[in-house]
Amino acid sequence: MSDAASPPLTRRNLLTLIGASAGGTAMYQAMTSLGFAAESPYRGPIKLEGDPKGASVVILGAGLAGMTAAFELGRAGYKVRILEYNNRAGGRNWSLRGGDAYTELGGATQHCTFDDGLYLNPGPWRIPYHHYALLDYCRRFGVTLEPFIQLNHNAFLHSSKAFGGRPQRIREIKADFEGAIAELLAKATRQGALDDAVSKDDQAILIEALRAHGGLDKDFRYVASDESAEFRGYAKDPGGGLGAAPVNGEPIGMHDILTSRLWQGLQNFLSYDFQTTMFQPVGGMGRIGEAFARQLPNAIRYGAKVTGIRQDERGVTVAFEDLARDGTIEEARADWCVCALPLTILSQLPVEVSAPMKAAIDAVPYSSSVKFGLQFRRRFWEEDEHIFGGISYTDLPIRHISYPSAGYNSGGKGVLLGGYIWNGPNAYEFTAMSPAERIARALDDGAQIHPQYRSEFETGISVAWHRAPFTLGCAGEWTEETRRDHYDNLCQIDGRIVLAGEHASYIPAWQEGAILSALDAIARLHKRVVAA
Amino acid sequence: MGAVRTPIDRRRLVLLCAAVLACTGVLAQEPPTSAPFISRGRGFDEQGGAALYANVCAACHQPDGRGAVGAAAYPALAGNKNLASADYLTSLLFNGLRGMPPLGRMMSDAQVADVINYVRTHFGTSYDDPISAADVKAARP
Ligand SMILES: Cc1cc2nc3c(=O)[nH]c(=O)nc-3n(C[C@H](O)[C@H](O)[C@H](O)COP(=O)(O)OP(=O)(O)OC[C@H]3O[C@@H](n4cnc5c(N)ncnc54)[C@H](O)[C@@H]3O)c2cc1C
Ligand code: HEC
Repeated sequence: MSDAASPPLTRRNLLTLIGASAGGTAMYQAMTSLGFAAESPYRGPIKLEGDPKGASVVILGAGLAGMTAAFELGRAGYKVRILEYNNRAGGRNWSLRGGDAYTELGGATQHCTFDDGLYLNPGPWRIPYHHYALLDYCRRFGVTLEPFIQLNHNAFLHSSKAFGGRPQRIREIKADFEGAIAELLAKATRQGALDDAVSKDDQAILIEALRAHGGLDKDFRYVASDESAEFRGYAKDPGGGLGAAPVNGEPIGMHDILTSRLWQGLQNFLSYDFQTTMFQPVGGMGRIGEAFARQLPNAIRYGAKVTGIRQDERGVTVAFEDLARDGTIEEARADWCVCALPLTILSQLPVEVSAPMKAAIDAVPYSSSVKFGLQFRRRFWEEDEHIFGGISYTDLPIRHISYPSAGYNSGGKGVLLGGYIWNGPNAYEFTAMSPAERIARALDDGAQIHPQYRSEFETGISVAWHRAPFTLGCAGEWTEETRRDHYDNLCQIDGRIVLAGEHASYIPAWQEGAILSALDAIARLHKRVVAA
Repeated sequence: MGAVRTPIDRRRLVLLCAAVLACTGVLAQEPPTSAPFISRGRGFDEQGGAALYANVCAACHQPDGRGAVGAAAYPALAGNKNLASADYLTSLLFNGLRGMPPLGRMMSDAQVADVINYVRTHFGTSYDDPISAADVKAARP
């Protein structure tokens, strides 16, 4: 720490002291016994201490950001109310279930006819274990979670241009790619190519590690062997009784893996955001928004379309249309405003904020994304292909097929995520299609990986986020430059208005970002209110 | 505006004719070719203004160019005064505008010119100063 002044003895400072005086090991032991090794921006339920003296706050948008703000400000003694365009809470946190209808921009209405208990999460669908704030609200509000399977070794990596278009098991590509690398590195080490970089003693350990990790045989080769089979599986699995001996399979060659580019798919399992354990709410991601809304009885005004925001020294006036009454204009007045509308929408409204904040509101385009839910009369991916949860990745326009992380081995029907497209030309092209054209295309693509699509498909639904009437896009897309020029201006309290939402965070396109941004915004707002 | 124009080639001639026809009302609202199209790479593969409009712009502005209204709106292009300046559209496609992403960055110069010329000669407007790929190239950031 470069801070020379003597700081108060916080937990962190205590650790620094221990680190300086006792060395790394003691420091690490102290860290783990104090309960954290990496500092999370979330520190448990927010405490807004001090009396807001009856101050009122109007909150715009009942997404997770708006509802987090409303719940916590309400708990701290503020008078809160939320104006929400939709007739439901949650915003992008949403599940489509049988009986739901969805009308997209352009007017097409899709009726979801999934069987009971089956759903599509058109937006958020997985939660990393390190999204502590979101997990904490799920716990506090009684939202039951179950594991979301991100990595299933038995799902597929697929390239239409490699292996004759035949999908490959993730397990085999992963084991064979890592095995081939281990063999090469072991060979280079033993030929002395690393003598300058690695000491002889370390080389001995390295070779031992490569053999163990890579599944190399006693001669340091990655070939069909008992060792490689432990990672890549067998050509014929071990059984019982006569003729039960396993048969080891022939690895896929390094050249074929490299040129197929299927190794690119492996990255989807390595990054911090996608490491196990991931979660999903039982019954659909929408359960989270529903649980937040239950905590806010009578606070949410539905069917209220905000059309303008004015402010003066004493408060904020929000104009909105009552959609249930043909757009009759009403006004809501409050001392403060937490605006948790997506920027795609806020940027089009007349808003009385400073020029720098307005420039920030206008500076962030939204990514484009399309998702498909396809119901099949049989869980053929489990019955025929032994894929229980997880994701197959493909170079076809649908990009993903994700298998349900629930209801395994039940023999009934199931809904697949039949495609998930994020940015690039295809996202716009799918958005331009009619819902029927989208589904037809998703079926054509998917049938190249699972031919059972043809005979087992029953019904489908798609959501193209640029046609979603309540967001006009998927999520805020920041660049290094726009962050530098606009992010701080976006997050400032501007007179009596403060913004919140995933776009006001460094975790854009994640629910955690929406919640953390709301907590930070109301903490600063509250400080100002009690100081006044 | 004001960029040097290329001499009249056949494509421009067709556009001019189309513009004239549109003025005289013979060519009423030619519907964009709406056969769905899927590009293969990182850029749009559609060729020609009609295909680009139908598979890219129509996603938001709708096939008939009338836009759409929800919690906010995709403005109508039909009758939109801002189509008067091809240079403005070029800048719009490269820089985006609030909720409109900078889609021209996924198009070639010729594609940007084609789609701009298309929107300026359909949807009830008929400007007779088409922009060329060379103009677009000069404006690309
Ligand atoms: C395809 C996709 C995949 C995603 N995947 C994940 C994931 O796996 N995990 C994850 O954690 N996150 C994921 N996200 C991101 C996550 O959905 C968002 O970060 C989060 O839900 C945003 O919450 P918010 O409160 O900021 O905005 P929103 O949820 O958009 O809330 C804004 C609210 O404002 C309302 N509103 C809009 N206009 C008006 C108006 N004029 N007047 C009144 N109300 C209005 C809207 O109806 C909405 O309820 C994904 C998002 C998408 C689209
Ligand atoms: C992802 C949605 C989306 C797509 C796709 C899209 N636009 Fe737009 N467009 C918008 C939005 C949103 C606005 C309004 C921006 C604003 O004024 O805040 C807009 C505005 C415009 C305007 C009016 C600008 C003005 O100043 O009034 C024109 C012209 C336009 N778009 C042309 C196009 C063309 C041509 C294409 C295809 C290449 C296209 N758009 C594709 C979202 C989109």
